[in-house]
Amino acid sequence: MLPEAYTIPFQLIMPAAFALGLLLPFKALGTRKGAWIYSATTSTLSFCFTLYVASQFNWSDPGRLQFVGEIPWVDNWNLGFSYGLDGMSLWLVMLTTFLMPIVVLGSLVEVKGDMRTFHFWLHILEAALIGTFIARDIVFFYVCFEFTLIPLFFLIGIFGHGEKLKAAKVFFYYTFTASLLTMAGILYVAWFNTTLTPDTPGISEVYSSIEFDPIDKPEGMSDQEWAEQEYIGQWTFNIKALWAAGRMMPFEAQILVMLAFLAGFGVKTPLFPFHTWLPLAHTEAPTAGSVDLAGLVLKLGPYGLLRLAIPMLPVAALTLAPYLAALAVIGVIYAALVCWVQKDAKKLVAYSSVSHMGFCILGLFAFDGTKDAGSIGATGAFIYMLSHGLATGGMFLCIGMLYDRFHTREIERMSGLAKIMPAWAVFFCVFAFASVGLPGLNGFIGEFLTMLGTFNSRTVNGTPILGPWFAIPAALGVILAAIYLLYLVGKIVFGPLNLPHWEDTGETGIAGGHDLSYREAMTLTPIAVVCVVIGLFPYPILRSLEPAIQEHTRFVHEEIDRIEAEAAAGAAAALDDSGLNAKSPSRQDAKEGSPEDKQTTMKPALYQTAEIASEEDLALLGIAIPKPNNTEPEKEAN
Amino acid sequence: MEAILDKLSHLWPEITMLIGACACLIAGLSSKQVVRKATPGVAMATLVASGVVLLAFGRTDTSHFLGLGAMAAYLKLAVLAMGLLLVFVATGTVDRLKQVVAAEAREGKAFEPGDDFRAEFFAFMLFSLTGVMLTAGASDLVWLFLALELTSLPTYVMVATSRDRDGALAQESAVKYFFLGALSAAVFLYGFTLIYGATGFTEFNQIAAHVQENGASPLMILGVTLSVVGVCFKIAAVPMHFYTADVYQGAATPVTAFLAFVPKAAGMIALIALLGLPLSDVNSETGAIQLPEPLVYLVALIAAVTMTVGNALGLVQTNLKRVLAYSSIAHSGYMLVGILVGPMLARSLMEANPDADTSLSNGTAAVLFYLIAYGLSTVGAFAVLGSLERKDGGEVQSYDDLAGMRLRHPFMAGVLLVSVISLVGLPPLVGFIGKLYLIGSAYAAGTSDAGHAGLYRGLVVLLILNSAMSAGYYLRIVGTAFFGEDKGQTVEAGVPLRRVGGILAALASIALGGYPNAGALAKAAKEAAEPTDRVEPAAEHEDAKERQSAFRLSDPY
Repeated sequence: MLPEAYTIPFQLIMPAAFALGLLLPFKALGTRKGAWIYSATTSTLSFCFTLYVASQFNWSDPGRLQFVGEIPWVDNWNLGFSYGLDGMSLWLVMLTTFLMPIVVLGSLVEVKGDMRTFHFWLHILEAALIGTFIARDIVFFYVCFEFTLIPLFFLIGIFGHGEKLKAAKVFFYYTFTASLLTMAGILYVAWFNTTLTPDTPGISEVYSSIEFDPIDKPEGMSDQEWAEQEYIGQWTFNIKALWAAGRMMPFEAQILVMLAFLAGFGVKTPLFPFHTWLPLAHTEAPTAGSVDLAGLVLKLGPYGLLRLAIPMLPVAALTLAPYLAALAVIGVIYAALVCWVQKDAKKLVAYSSVSHMGFCILGLFAFDGTKDAGSIGATGAFIYMLSHGLATGGMFLCIGMLYDRFHTREIERMSGLAKIMPAWAVFFCVFAFASVGLPGLNGFIGEFLTMLGTFNSRTVNGTPILGPWFAIPAALGVILAAIYLLYLVGKIVFGPLNLPHWEDTGETGIAGGHDLSYREAMTLTPIAVVCVVIGLFPYPILRSLEPAIQEHTRFVHEEIDRIEAEAAAGAAAALDDSGLNAKSPSRQDAKEGSPEDKQTTMKPALYQTAEIASEEDLALLGIAIPKPNNTEPEKEAN
Repeated sequence: MEAILDKLSHLWPEITMLIGACACLIAGLSSKQVVRKATPGVAMATLVASGVVLLAFGRTDTSHFLGLGAMAAYLKLAVLAMGLLLVFVATGTVDRLKQVVAAEAREGKAFEPGDDFRAEFFAFMLFSLTGVMLTAGASDLVWLFLALELTSLPTYVMVATSRDRDGALAQESAVKYFFLGALSAAVFLYGFTLIYGATGFTEFNQIAAHVQENGASPLMILGVTLSVVGVCFKIAAVPMHFYTADVYQGAATPVTAFLAFVPKAAGMIALIALLGLPLSDVNSETGAIQLPEPLVYLVALIAAVTMTVGNALGLVQTNLKRVLAYSSIAHSGYMLVGILVGPMLARSLMEANPDADTSLSNGTAAVLFYLIAYGLSTVGAFAVLGSLERKDGGEVQSYDDLAGMRLRHPFMAGVLLVSVISLVGLPPLVGFIGKLYLIGSAYAAGTSDAGHAGLYRGLVVLLILNSAMSAGYYLRIVGTAFFGEDKGQTVEAGVPLRRVGGILAALASIALGGYPNAGALAKAAKEAAEPTDRVEPAAEHEDAKERQSAFRLSDPY
């Protein structure tokens, strides 16, 4: 079959090539049906290829990047299209290629204009998304991340509804501005890497804790040696090399770069209060655009945080975790309340995305478990991303079908649709329940795991990072979600039959009120089936996700271990000295300080402590390390 | 005599250009119409020939006393390539003027040479390009002044002759351009004299060596300040940017494209050379040789204000040519960041840490790269405007004229999309790589000049925010062209070569951006800008003084 190194480029180039194929001067492609059939076929082919990739994937080692390869780009900056696939990427690529044929199927009626242009941009979007998920080079990642804006700009601007132009522009400006800041952050880390030398204190420890993916490694050289020789002091954009560089940065720089990353990824996620672009863009986009936005593009935010920000800036992630979680919880509740009062069904679903993505952030920054196992919160956040993509995508498709029939999305104007559209009603209920988090459907898995992770969040010197104070209000958000979604279902699906009049002709929409066509049923069935399957058998996905996610949260756990060890060593040293010798201020803090002061002991980055620690301290460190671990087990057992 | 021959041997490309320009003058005034119509062809052939000559003879691989060393060859080649693109875009400009058509159309009679501008137009174009090439080779203040003026003077005429006589716009803007240009020339010439007064030399090497030995005197700093401010006119930077919008609007679109790149390139080259002169301060930590404090703040201030003013005013314009004029001002601001951080690297980084990788750290290289990136994108955008015209024969100038062009002119809409997106700096186009380069070099300058690291990072943030601001008007262009309602307001201008120029520019933007192995240009820029030993060590300096005493002007005091 295909050589391993070509697998991923093929997966990436496929949709792009299919998009260019649409521009070929064939008459058949110019017709609506022709373009649609072409697009449905090609996007299905892409999905089949993803299945092939999955079959070649080594499932016993999903934490490692596989199919690794590199195509040179700007060679003398060590900038390349380098790619690889681990459990995380694979599931997201699969979600992307799985949703694409579905949105193509669902877009036959709604898209009014030039079908060819529509499908062209849809395929380009697919390529950009795949590129983001497979990138192993941070600039390649950024290029694809940024490039998703262009197809979406056109999809919303040309094919949207209502205030489509405004929606397209707001979406573009908002996310573009934010992600430019991310670029500044990325380049800062890359520059910082050039200032390192092999003699920088602490660097070999950092390099030894990362598993690199060497290419063209000479015989008899260990991965670490290869990486040190390849990356230290060089301009490089390899994500793992920059993890190392980021961890070497001083505390203030880490925080600033983290804020830069949060600008880009937080807006994309969207994290309250930077969500204001989303309702407009989701509502005015065509159904296909909404599904792609909610199902796929929003995933870029948490994915970027997990892939780049958390491993690169563990100290900053740890420090900012409570604040981010607070924003996430506020977002969960606020957006849920906003949903409750929405009149437009699509807007309601759009706001529900804000609420749901709050859970993702909460889970990502829960940091439960230990260095080698656990990370239930982050795993839950990740599976939540996948389920949210499916369930919300399904809801958008269902509402798009209503709009095709009745030309309105106002909740007040319709009710009792189950009477004339029973099949549609079943699907709609399934997706709504999946969104609510009904056990047995996919939404429950993610919701439960993120909450669990938040509850069991690790403690740093006795203070939990998140803990119940974050989990309890978030649980309130779950209840609110049940309220507004069931309210929506109750209003639209049940009750007395009431069909809206078409605004343009004034006649009742009963003529249009037929049940699902075969095409529509084919659109919705796969999503619904997958929702149920994931809900009942989540274990295979969880098992393949967890090692990959553990790989990315490990550094934060190492950081926590180090801080606790340091605090314990400080306390031990203070006891030893028993007040005879002058104590260093940091030790005093560790021993006597209030919990807030203890936060400050988290601050020094790894290399600083390496400088500070004397031999005596190190010896104490060696003794003291087991201590915090021994005090933890009852909590970790959960 | 040998010295002159030696110098001449490096000028074959320029000499070829001058010969070609004369050939254009002759061809454009030929009695045969076929030959007259072939004038642009002569210009293109000249550019190609000059490029061949440059590659064959004119390459200075090491630093030569002819100025910018290896950079000169890169710049000359770049100017020739962009010049070719500009000739593509400029075809048909004068042919279609009313007076030229009238001069041609006299059946049976000899044509009216006084009204036919082809000869002047293309010859002046070549002269101006020659001026940029000479600027790139300049090693002496007098030479630099003459080369800069050779770049600018022909453009005044090009602006004046580019549009119909009955519309006064072109004449008005030409006069404006000329007077302000003369003013700026006076300013930087005054600066040059002060530099000479401060050091007693006009040759760059000698000035630089003198400054390194004796430090930069206040007079020297004042001289460089005035020179920089004067050259700001060429690159359309604050405080000399006021003419830009009016002149760009008044000139015919192809000439505007020319103005947006050629004088700017000359100005940037001059700035690189001028800011290489006063490198005197020695950084106490890294031992880096860097600009004197006042000049750092001067250039940083100009950069910051220029990009902000350009983008802020670009947002409120309604005329597309004015929008692109302000965009060109903003891009000058971006490039000035690279100009500012360029000299920081000179020798220092590599001396401090010989193993350090400097591939993305060189501000001068970033400017060299960005100049091409900006040139391709801007010329592409102007080519699109030039390839269309309104139904009444007017130029495409307003947003409304572009509305819905996706449907009528899909190809040119694609070119416009690529060009504009590259100007925004969106990946994976060449503009993105250019911005990456500028930002990377600005961060890297903080390594060798930690004292100003905050300033450079501030400039990075400003550059980022400005890029975001610029998306406002760039996106409006794309939005209008793609989402607007087509009322059939435009038709093809009937000059297919302009379309070819636009498509070439767009293809180059893509190829130099997100294409595998697109790094060739970045690599060339880096190799060109790698600090050579242009500033000769003090021991050799004595010899150089003796050897060149013949050229030395009398002592000023």
